[in-house]
Amino acid sequence: MTDSDKYRIKQLSIFSENRPNRLGAVANVLKEGGINILGFSIAEGAGYGVIRVLVDRPEVARDLLTKEGFVVKFTEVLAIQMEDRPGGLFDLTDHMKEVNIEYGYGYRNPPYAVLIVRVEDIEKGIENLLKGGLRLLDNTTFH
Amino acid sequence: MVYWNPRIEDMPVSELKEMQLKQLKMLVYKLYTFSPFYRQKMMDKGVTPEDIRTLADVTKLPFMTKKDLRDGYPDKLFLASPREVVRYHASSGTTGKPTIVGYTQNDIQNWSESVARGLVSAGISTDDVLQVSYTYGLFSGGLGLHYAAEKVGAAVVPASTGNTERQIDLIRDMGVTAIAATPSYLLHLGEVAEKMGVSIKNDTKLRLGILGAEPWSQRMRERMEEWLGIRAIDIYGASELSGPLWCECSEQKGIHVWSDIALVEVIDPVTEEPVAPGEKGELVITMLQKEALPIIRYRLGDITTLHEEVCSCGRTHPRIGRIQGRVDDMIIIRGINVFPSQVEHCLMTNPEVGNEFQIVVDRKGALDTILVRAELRPEAFGDRVFELDAIKERVTHKLRGSLNVGVTVELVEPGSLPRSEGKAKRVVDKRVF
Repeated sequence: MTDSDKYRIKQLSIFSENRPNRLGAVANVLKEGGINILGFSIAEGAGYGVIRVLVDRPEVARDLLTKEGFVVKFTEVLAIQMEDRPGGLFDLTDHMKEVNIEYGYGYRNPPYAVLIVRVEDIEKGIENLLKGGLRLLDNTTFH
Repeated sequence: MVYWNPRIEDMPVSELKEMQLKQLKMLVYKLYTFSPFYRQKMMDKGVTPEDIRTLADVTKLPFMTKKDLRDGYPDKLFLASPREVVRYHASSGTTGKPTIVGYTQNDIQNWSESVARGLVSAGISTDDVLQVSYTYGLFSGGLGLHYAAEKVGAAVVPASTGNTERQIDLIRDMGVTAIAATPSYLLHLGEVAEKMGVSIKNDTKLRLGILGAEPWSQRMRERMEEWLGIRAIDIYGASELSGPLWCECSEQKGIHVWSDIALVEVIDPVTEEPVAPGEKGELVITMLQKEALPIIRYRLGDITTLHEEVCSCGRTHPRIGRIQGRVDDMIIIRGINVFPSQVEHCLMTNPEVGNEFQIVVDRKGALDTILVRAELRPEAFGDRVFELDAIKERVTHKLRGSLNVGVTVELVEPGSLPRSEGKAKRVVDKRVF
């Protein structure tokens, strides 16, 4: 494990067809398993969606969801710490011009805020973001 | 190339057709003159023997369906006297009363002759040991293959069905080179053999499967050929026609239907008109020589294609393609016939979706809509929405090209479509007519 590997965070990506309360079904499995959700987003496709979740115990969550018939994949994402004030996001973007972001979502975690991103090339992404002086959260923060 | 009956099998097409026309005229004359049932049917359609002047005039004759045979139970349609009948078989009767088929001495001879030509064309000779793993009894499969194989001079192992472990012992110990069975039974046999520690491919001399009596796909053929190390030959027939009758030659390019035995048509099941050459439609067979139970324009309900060009094996007789489904399963969308089997076949070529699917037909305003719901394979999922959209787009594009009708595709979660034992319920038709 190289030093930068600690910044790779395991996100659960769950395929969800367009049926009532699929989100509720996912949430229920996580609840029953005592899994805590740390970050969360839904992406909308053509008649289906991808539910993306950061949880405290990703392996357990994956096994539970798979057992219930869900299609689950691990995706490696990065978590960038932001300052929780006006201009917090702008400060980051100024240092992220070199990084190709596929998608992202954010949440507040006082006293700071977090931006989760999937980047095209994670190795290069980590390198560039660190070079830009940004603070990446390591995976022990989550798991 | 070895032939069982080269004079007939290689006969120039024009001579075959001339022969067929003579046979057809004679058949119609005989039925009109001697059978109250067929005469009544022809009178209802306003046709007399004089109207049959060319082969195309066959379309003037009335159709026969399973219902005619059922209504004629057990032997009201027989033309031969009980003294002339030498055997009876019966259809299984899964959809109603069984139908009884009688055979004269000539019927048995012609039936064996037909299958013998097929077996030789597929590569069976006196050197072969053929295990007949079709049921012997009222079902025509067992005895049909048995008589033909003996005629050819192959050694027959009349294993019938059941006791699969003994069947595997026989294959190995008797040096069986060919097996006649349903494709699903051969699959089962292969699996049991593996459990016994026997590799059909490496531990036996089996090299040929004569497989039929139920629909199967090209993909299943490829799988069996690879796994069992055999060449898998498609055979077709129906008890009403005699039993198993015709099979593919070793070229595996369709089933040769012998012109002196039968006149084959493929029609649009709705308009009842012949389809264009090579187009899908319902198989209709007129048996030209059957004596005990004559069959004219019998609608099999099986969907296939007709190919009249001479086969690369040299045989001049027309061929039918693999059975692609049943007429009962057909859906008509904006005037275009769509078969669930087409959808299945098309989905199989997309590795990102599974084999389970559902077709939902609906009507928006005056327009029929067709929605195909396919299950995403877990391996094909990888977090990115644009990848999912691309899979959906590819599947849609292929289905549109194959069905010739606008299709919407929905990717659903694996395991979410309804499963059923046996005949799967693939089509949900929400239209109100």
